[in-house]
Parts: sequence; C-alpha cells; structure tokens
Amino acid sequence: MSQTTVDATSGDWEGRYDHIDQVLNTAGPRTDPGFLAGDGVKDFLRNQAKILVIGAGGLGCEILANLALTGFKDIHVIDMDTIDISNLNRQFLFRPKDVGKPKATCAAEFIMNRVPGVKVTPYFGKIQDKDEEYYMQFNLVICGLDSVEARRWMSATLVNMVDPENPESLKPLIDGGTEGFKGQARVILPSITSCYECSLDMLNKPTAFPICTIANTPRLPEHCIEWASVLEWPKVQGDKKLDTDDPEHIGWLYQVASARAKEFKIEGVTWSLTQGVVKNIIPAIASTNAIIAGMSACCNEAFKIATSSAAYLNNYFMLIGTEGVYSYTFEHEKRDDCPVCGGESLDLTISKDLTVEQIIELLVERQDIQIKKPSLATPTSQIYLQAPPQLEQATRPNLSKKVSELVAEDGEVTVTSTSLPFSLSLRIHYN
Amino acid sequence: MLKIWSMKKNEDVAAKKKPKTSAAQIRVQKDLTELDLPATMKTHFADPADLLNFTLTITPDEGMYKGGAFEFSFNITTNYPHEPPKVKCLQTIYHPNVDLSGNVCLNILREDWKPVLNLNSVMVGLQYLFLEPNADDPLNKEAAIEMSKNRDTFISNVKSSMRGNTIKGVQYNNVLAKS
Ligand SMILES: [Zn+2]
Repeated sequence: MSQTTVDATSGDWEGRYDHIDQVLNTAGPRTDPGFLAGDGVKDFLRNQAKILVIGAGGLGCEILANLALTGFKDIHVIDMDTIDISNLNRQFLFRPKDVGKPKATCAAEFIMNRVPGVKVTPYFGKIQDKDEEYYMQFNLVICGLDSVEARRWMSATLVNMVDPENPESLKPLIDGGTEGFKGQARVILPSITSCYECSLDMLNKPTAFPICTIANTPRLPEHCIEWASVLEWPKVQGDKKLDTDDPEHIGWLYQVASARAKEFKIEGVTWSLTQGVVKNIIPAIASTNAIIAGMSACCNEAFKIATSSAAYLNNYFMLIGTEGVYSYTFEHEKRDDCPVCGGESLDLTISKDLTVEQIIELLVERQDIQIKKPSLATPTSQIYLQAPPQLEQATRPNLSKKVSELVAEDGEVTVTSTSLPFSLSLRIHYN
Repeated sequence: MLKIWSMKKNEDVAAKKKPKTSAAQIRVQKDLTELDLPATMKTHFADPADLLNFTLTITPDEGMYKGGAFEFSFNITTNYPHEPPKVKCLQTIYHPNVDLSGNVCLNILREDWKPVLNLNSVMVGLQYLFLEPNADDPLNKEAAIEMSKNRDTFISNVKSSMRGNTIKGVQYNNVLAKS
C-alpha cells in the first residue's frame, strides 16, 4: 500500500477527488460552453463556492453529506429544530446522545469531523431571521424542508432579491421534497423560471376529513384524533392555543381521541399517530430522502450548476415509488399571474406633491397601464382600497394626502384590480 | 459557476425588483377588493388596517332563515391560499350544518379547498347553507333529523330558535336582524 500524503493547507490527500475530477478535467458533449475544464472549475468548487442548505432533517442530512463528499467546502446550514429520538432512524448525522440538541449544530459538527477540510457553519433558528444581505453571500441555495410556508418564503425572498443591475443577486434555488415514497426536486432560477409560488396549486393538499364525518360517523382512528383536535380542543380548552410541539397537549388529544375510538369500537389510536395527524406528518422514508437529496437530484443539480459540467435539470423532477419506481421530468411553466414572480412591475417617477387621488387617475389614464379601479397598498399599510365599503371609507381620507407622505423614495406599492391578471408592483421615485 | 445571468431576457432585465409584500398579503388584497357580494352579505373589519381578521354578516332574503342576521368570523393565515380561511359562526344557531360551537360543515372550508378558490367563493358557499341546509352532512344532529323527518316542525324550530328560544334543552341566540 502506498503512503497517503495530505496537503497541509487544504487537508486534501492525493487522489482524494479522482472520481469527481474525471468529470471536471475535460469538457464533454453536454457541458456548458462556459465550462472551465481543469483547475479553474476545481478551484471554484473547492475554494470559492459558498452554498446554503436549508433544513438539517431527513433531506438535509443527506444533502450535507453529499455536498461535502462532492467537494463543496464552504457550506452553511439553517435549521430551527432540535433532535427528537424519532429522527434517528433516518437522520444519520445524529446519535442518541444528540437528542434535544439543535440539528444544525450537530449536523455541522458531524460533517466537519467526518470530512476533513470542509467548513460547515450552522445557524440554529428561522430562515426569516436572516435578511437579504445574508442570503447575498451564497452562490446557491438548496432547500430540504417539509414546510410549505418556509419554502414559499424562501422562494419569494430569492425572487425579490434579483436586482437587474447586479448579476450576482440571482441565486439558483434547488428545492427537494419528499412524502413517503413520493418525492420531487426542482431547479428554480429566480425571475427566469417558474418559482415555488407558481406551482402552489400542484401541491398535495393536507388530508382533511369532512367535519360532519368527524362529528358523526367516525370510521378511522384519524377521524377520532381530528375530533379531539378540531372540535373538542376549542370547546374544552377555550382560547388556549393548541401547540402541536407540546407533549402535554398531544397527550390530552391522545386521551380524548382514545375514549372516542373506544366508544365507536375503532382501533389504532396511538400517541404517535395522534402527533402525526395533528402535525400532518407523512411517514418519512430514508430511501426516498436519499434519492431526492442525492446524486440523482438535489446535490447533482448543485454540482452541475456550480461547475457548468453538464446540463442541469429543466426544471421539475418527480419520483413516484409507491408502485414500482417511476420518475418523470418536465418543464413547469412560469405563471403570468403568479403573485411572486409574475405580474407586471413598473418604475414610476412622480412629483412630491402628487396626491393619492392623482396617482390613481394617472394609473387609470396612462396608455401603457390603463387599470380599472385600482386598489393600492404598501407592504405595511393600505393606501386606498376600492372595496369592501368599510375599507373604502377607512382609506378614503388618504385620497387627498400626498403620495410622498405615505410612500418613501424607492418604496413599493402593490396595485390590484379586476382588470389585472394578478397584481402590478410600482416602485415610486420622486423628482 | 453557470452563467445564468445571460439567460435573462432583455425585457426581464428591464423589470425591476419586486415589493416585499408577501404573496398571501397581495392575494388577500385582491380577494377583498374584488368581492362581489349581494346586498345580503356584509363584511366588517374590527381594525380596518388588519385585513386578515374580519366578520361576515349574512342576512338571507329568502328561505326559512329569512329575517336573521348570521355572523361569521374569518381568520386568514399567512399560508393563505395554500390553507383555507378559518371560519366560525359567532352565534349559537339551529342549523343542521353548524354545531353549537360554531363549526361549519362546508366542503370548501376543509376537504375540497383549493388555492384557486377565493374569499368570494367561501362567502357564497356560506350563504347557500342558509338557502339550502343539507341534512345529509349534519353537525347539529337533532336539527338534521328533524329536518329530514318532519320539515314543518323543523321550520317552526328554526323560526323559534332565531327569536332566542330553547329547543330540546339548547338555548339559541336571538339573531333577528335589527331593522
Ligand atoms: Zn412564480
């Protein structure tokens, strides 16, 4: 056996990246024309690329491991959760001693111990805690989340960040998701391809049972649990908010649901099913996470985009493993009426003395806009709403105010109207 | 790193940054300002600056619930329209599809909700419940049984409950519209 020599500065040993280098040393028929075969691309991947991973759960663990092993060396990870014992079967960066600790921190430590030379910077908290300046530092963002709300936020934030004056502001987003044996991965080039919001109506909606079935004719253990959480909780606990992370709350629901199940001779109400139903958890499958996160989807795309070494996914990959294995790739189209990336936007330069009433007239009359009955609001307050009558009345005093009193220079105004497919966003400047 | 910028079309480059208004917020603004409600329905905002919480009053002008004014609270989450609005009846009313805690059995509020539906569809759906109560999807079982077995008794129970009387031990709210 030959002796391994380790480079003191990079921590790399000879032959460490032999396999990856096969792909990076020479251009192939599918490489992008901008591909810098050889040292250029290797240097970018290993010394310059900064990548952000959102979520250090089932998908996140896989993503972090794959990125580190592919040669990304500056990885950041955000996760707001702590480790639960039930995570250990698939979130393989965690051990029983880690239960109760932050996922982001434990995952970062594990990767850094296991893969020399890789720096993983954890943040234990919410993605919403961070601002645009923070997200600007990355070349790429990969999401491995189970929350629709968090993904909507991340996708909208990256779309909003695109600044026409600054190419660096466009951050490719790779989004992975799994539900049992099903999964999907997609590449979002903010403002160029369809965003997460564009496909909101494609999502599987959370299972909801008709409320009358829950109330009268329960047949499934889930019906009993929903009876406890939807009907009994507010009735018995009043205004107290149900906290699905509070074991006492879950325990109460479990007891109430069990009594209900007994009454209707239904079997199968357990503590973990109760938690699963109220938190809308679909059993996570380790192999689905591995496929979606791994070299067949998310991390493969990150590698291809970061290196331009091969054509990347355009733009939606679906995996259905419920009956055999089936996958399908298609181009999800951008929607013109998407509230995040669609619609029109316009720079408007006006006089500091222009009133709200006058700007509305301007929007109605200008040839290139021509909006019927526009309603206007800033991100934080309403300027003028045409309806319902009470809100029209409440905002009417603003009509005689100057726009400059309500909107700052470079401020944004959202305009909605029946004559617009969705909305128009104005950026106001004063002359 | 892939040169993505060059793929941006020229007209896209001309397009400016988008506002930070959230998608849910724009959607609620659009839904509310484009409400097309008949005279029998009216919204009320306790705080006109808060578009996410308001009440809807339905005053049916036909059917057995004519003469009543029925109030519903609407609560819209930041995950709208992925999630439906949360709607509750604020009064104790005698109706086969509304229970005594104010829960409403309307399919589009739960199992059949889709992001393409809007606040207008929910409101029209609620009004329909007063024109055509549905004994097949009961939340108030007593009322539903009465409705399918003995329609005349049911109708007189409805009228009596709306005046604030007690039916089978349950005290209902007086919901008669103030004229
Ligand atoms: Zn979009």
